[in-house]
Amino acid sequence: MSAQAAPLSDDALVGAMSSLRDDFPALHQEVNGKPLVFLDSAASSQRPQTVIAAMARYESQDHANVHRGVHTLSHRATDLYEGAREKVRQFINASSTREIIFTSGTTESINLVANSFPGAPLQPGDEILITHLEHHANIVPWQLLCQRTGATLVIAPVENNGEVLAEQVISRLSSRTRMLAISAVSNALGTILPLADIIPAARSRGIFVLVDGAQAVPHSDVDVRALDADFFAFSAHKMVGPTGVGVLYGRAELLEKMPPWQAGGDMIEHVSFDGTTFNDLPYKFEAGTPNIAGVVGLGAAIDYLQSVGMQNIARYESLLLKYLEDRLLEQGDIRLIGQAPHKAAVASFIMDDVHPHDLGTIVDQFGIAVRTGHHCAMPIMDRFNVPGTARASLAFYNNRDDIDALVDALATVRSMFR
Amino acid sequence: MSVSDLQALYRDQVLAHAKDPHNFGTLDADAICADGNNPLCGDKLRVCVRHYDDILEDIRFEGSGCAISMASASMMTDLLKGLDADSSRKIIGTVIDMLGSGVDAKMPSSIMDTPIAALGAARQYPSRIKCATLAWRAVEAALNGQQQTTTE
Repeated sequence: MSAQAAPLSDDALVGAMSSLRDDFPALHQEVNGKPLVFLDSAASSQRPQTVIAAMARYESQDHANVHRGVHTLSHRATDLYEGAREKVRQFINASSTREIIFTSGTTESINLVANSFPGAPLQPGDEILITHLEHHANIVPWQLLCQRTGATLVIAPVENNGEVLAEQVISRLSSRTRMLAISAVSNALGTILPLADIIPAARSRGIFVLVDGAQAVPHSDVDVRALDADFFAFSAHKMVGPTGVGVLYGRAELLEKMPPWQAGGDMIEHVSFDGTTFNDLPYKFEAGTPNIAGVVGLGAAIDYLQSVGMQNIARYESLLLKYLEDRLLEQGDIRLIGQAPHKAAVASFIMDDVHPHDLGTIVDQFGIAVRTGHHCAMPIMDRFNVPGTARASLAFYNNRDDIDALVDALATVRSMFR
Repeated sequence: MSVSDLQALYRDQVLAHAKDPHNFGTLDADAICADGNNPLCGDKLRVCVRHYDDILEDIRFEGSGCAISMASASMMTDLLKGLDADSSRKIIGTVIDMLGSGVDAKMPSSIMDTPIAALGAARQYPSRIKCATLAWRAVEAALNGQQQTTTE
């Protein structure tokens, strides 16, 4: 399939996507005696053979430390590492590789910004605005920052259908708001947030904007310049890449002024006991030997996603989500938590009289992997007055048979509990 | 594992306790209570005990959780009510040890003929053992005068 080809019909798209499953070795196994049905990609996606091979090739042939040696392997490792940075730049349409900082993941990316805060230090009474549906990784770093500085964490509400209304966020931007930290897509509910309406309102008031893009990057085109956020954070392992590596995109003019957060090798220009000057962007924020194999894997993941085409992925997943939600709702005893008009491929649900953990244990015996619990988003679970949900999350390597298998297993759950 | 293994865990006895738990509720101010939290699952239980001399005169629990944690708590209250401090501590220790042992370990004779034996099937599901032990950790904490415990 080519990303550049003319748009396919729905049927042709479904046909073309069906062969991609063969690229993912982990999907071809039995779990508890049944073919694996992997519906937990929002937690972490599986990897195609090309990513596994790129990392193995690096580990077996090209490994040395980056940016340090004059020898051949160090050059090779550096070329692969910096080559991946350029792939990331293109993938999210940043203007410069200086704006692409490799981190250990979305969590570290957000912590970096919270700890190396842009602009003047926060004062008591300053405000940081988040929404009610944020992942803990986009709540707790700001809570800690507020504790250190006396700033206040302000929460924009979520509607009963799981939607976040732009006006509810914008109306909470005050003269004291210094940072808006907001998800592009909710991991727990699937809600796609109206960032195009929200971000200009914040930026025009001089408020910094950080977008938690962990759940957006695997499912749709991301263009950080069009989005116009100051910071954009995401993880490789949710976009068919490896764990332990992620990205912080930041506008260069802000990153230049921000102090380094972690200190050590690679982030310095000159060190003496009288003082230290720091390296240029992006290295100022990359202390120590990085996760080189992980970055190589991220580069290979981007190559893979681009060969499929992000628009194909987005269209296919929305067809699949519709099928998943329709099939769950036709059961009669299943309630979807989060039915925003715009959603990524996540269905969070509750089955009457069955706790999500019992449901998860039982469907696992049929080889079906769903996430159960609070999805690292306890406040939004409290908002909907549920202890947790079962969550089926889709990737482009899923198909209708996976969804039918889940629905069949839910029938067994029902029969055991009635 | 198979569907029959599942049925061993979710057997009627367990589901009956989960749906209609015994001794569900709280005790008044003179009781000692402890909260048990399983942060991974979101299970939250509060277990309250009241002694008369050395006897565990009353025991109640409240909260929410999966079928395994609710059934375990319900069975626990049945088993411990009316015991003296020594016997209740012994049983609590035995049950926690049993749930932490391998799935093939022999069921201790003191609990073999009690409904608790049904929970032994939870040992096949590593992520669910903490559900089964939650109430037991909480009652242990209450007897030790602690107010909070977790099975993390």
